[in-house]
Amino acid sequence: MAMRLIQEHPILDFEHGKKKKVRFTFDGTEMEGFEGEPIAMALHAGGVRIYRETPEMKRPRGFFCAIGKCSSCFMVVDGVPNVRTCIIPLREGMSVETQRGRGEVRSEEERGV
Amino acid sequence: MSVRTTEILVIGGGPAGLSAAIEAATLGAQVTVVDSDLKLGGQLIKQTHKFFGSKDEYAGTRGYKIADILFDDLRKNADRIEILSDCTATGYYPEDGTVTCMIGEESYFRMQPKKIVVATGAQERLIPFPGNDLPGVYGAGAVQTLMNVYGVTPGDRVLMVGAGNIGLIVSYQLLQAGVQVCGVVEFMPKVGGYWVHAAKIRRLGVPIYLQHTIVEALGERTVTGAIIENLAPDCTPGGKRTTIDCDIICMAVGLAPTCELLWQAGCDMKFIPQLCGHVALRDPSMRTSHPDIWIAGDAAGIEEASSAMVEGRIAGLGAAGACGHGTPEERKERFAHYSERLADLRAGEVGEKIRIGVSAAGVQKWEE
Amino acid sequence: MTDNEKTFNSGILTDERPGAVLPPKELWETKKNGLVLIECPQRIPCNPCATSCPTGAVIPFEDINDTPRIDYSKCTGCAMCVAKCPGLACFVADLTWGDKEALLKLPYETLPVPKKGQTVACLNRQGDEVHRTQVVNVAQPWKDRTYVVSVAVPKELVLEVRAVKVV
Repeated sequence: MAMRLIQEHPILDFEHGKKKKVRFTFDGTEMEGFEGEPIAMALHAGGVRIYRETPEMKRPRGFFCAIGKCSSCFMVVDGVPNVRTCIIPLREGMSVETQRGRGEVRSEEERGV
Repeated sequence: MSVRTTEILVIGGGPAGLSAAIEAATLGAQVTVVDSDLKLGGQLIKQTHKFFGSKDEYAGTRGYKIADILFDDLRKNADRIEILSDCTATGYYPEDGTVTCMIGEESYFRMQPKKIVVATGAQERLIPFPGNDLPGVYGAGAVQTLMNVYGVTPGDRVLMVGAGNIGLIVSYQLLQAGVQVCGVVEFMPKVGGYWVHAAKIRRLGVPIYLQHTIVEALGERTVTGAIIENLAPDCTPGGKRTTIDCDIICMAVGLAPTCELLWQAGCDMKFIPQLCGHVALRDPSMRTSHPDIWIAGDAAGIEEASSAMVEGRIAGLGAAGACGHGTPEERKERFAHYSERLADLRAGEVGEKIRIGVSAAGVQKWEE
Repeated sequence: MTDNEKTFNSGILTDERPGAVLPPKELWETKKNGLVLIECPQRIPCNPCATSCPTGAVIPFEDINDTPRIDYSKCTGCAMCVAKCPGLACFVADLTWGDKEALLKLPYETLPVPKKGQTVACLNRQGDEVHRTQVVNVAQPWKDRTYVVSVAVPKELVLEVRAVKVV
């Protein structure tokens, strides 16, 4: 799917063409985005708006505050839950998944600490 | 967990935090700025419109260019200012004055600063209505981030809720980004923001529904529309309802100061409506009841970027002074200069609310 | 609240008031290059119109919260204020442009940027199209992405047209 980017703007120059594109997966589907920009930006540009499902009522949640303060955008990224996708940067090969419920925090052993 | 130290820890790299860092470094302090975002500049980097005010406060200059001026000053003080972005301050531990920090989502360290400036800004409020948690209901600041920082189209048709300055300005920015704004909904019988901001969007065909509120967001999994209702002058419900076809509902209904760290530190807090929520009490140097903690910017009370920058200067000055930097004369002169600028910014009619709020939050002098 | 007040409260100028006055008729009808119309009826802390005016026609503010006042004898219709005002509240109207038409100079900050000769819709304060015409000139006085678009409109529409849209 073509990314929904603003190519021309009356005030700003985005220079999308100069940014480094990387590939990542969302629930197994390959998508692309710009390296180092928040994961949620790539998802939004790719038409994905639902990021997680609430534990009790299974309601869909997505973006809200965009500054990492509200917890609406939490997803599981490379196995790590509760990732604030609105501010955490995208890297090549990331696996981004819809978070269902509270998410399981990995132990220190699992993280290899 | 590793432990790091610094002289002054500035939490938040927006206009207030950066101004505090620059001021403290100019006086000779070693400063570390932590900011949870990838880019510094807070909300300033999203502002494409020309700022109001006077030449001193960069009137006529676009917000994101004002950020560039701050970044330049940061660079000039690079040997004294350490910047950690993608770094969130997660807690304050009063027993030993430690601030826990997290890089990304999993890498923690402890920071032990001598003094702290909390410049953590604010967050969007939400009003209750069925469907207000649906994907597509976004904060106004979030829409700005999407379109002005990352150049991503926020959506096709936006309903803006709130006609304060933020609602009116973001509506205009949406038009500039090529997005349709179906309307602005405002509870009060007049716009809360500057009249000229409203005039700008009215002449481009955006309706402003005064005395209206949103009563429902429509859609199964994402927003597909909204229902707004006309309110009677006494706000009783039951007025005419209109269904709006939209895929984004943008909330610009107010901001609340971000104060968690201050609560954790045990600062004296007070609910002050004019400052839009709970804020820490502060003396004229922007110091809280905690002898090691200063505040500045929206975290001290919702106001403007221009006052955030001056408050940041005052807080940085206070924290640096408490670490022994700057001569008493120098500090007195700088303090007087900044205090005067702040008073000027707040002097007019539109500053009345702030003056009341700041007065209610102010303590002449902390007793030790 | 009257209908008039309600309309004004949503950002539509309904009548002259301090900060939103018309130039004196006789001078306006004969002034080549036009005179400024500022529609800024609210006291807010803002004065770039005055600080950017090269001739002092926008009288320097004593108090930054004052609404703008104009010395029309000094106004040259240069439109520097049109491009500087953060609220896009300044316009220039040249009534000497033609017999039946006046030239309006309007601030413009959206896309696409119109070109000379291109057809645009002329919008009133509510955003309704009231006229269509070709662009006479496009300038960018401060080189900061705020354009001044000049269009000729029937004289009776001078008090109505406040924006253009490329069609």
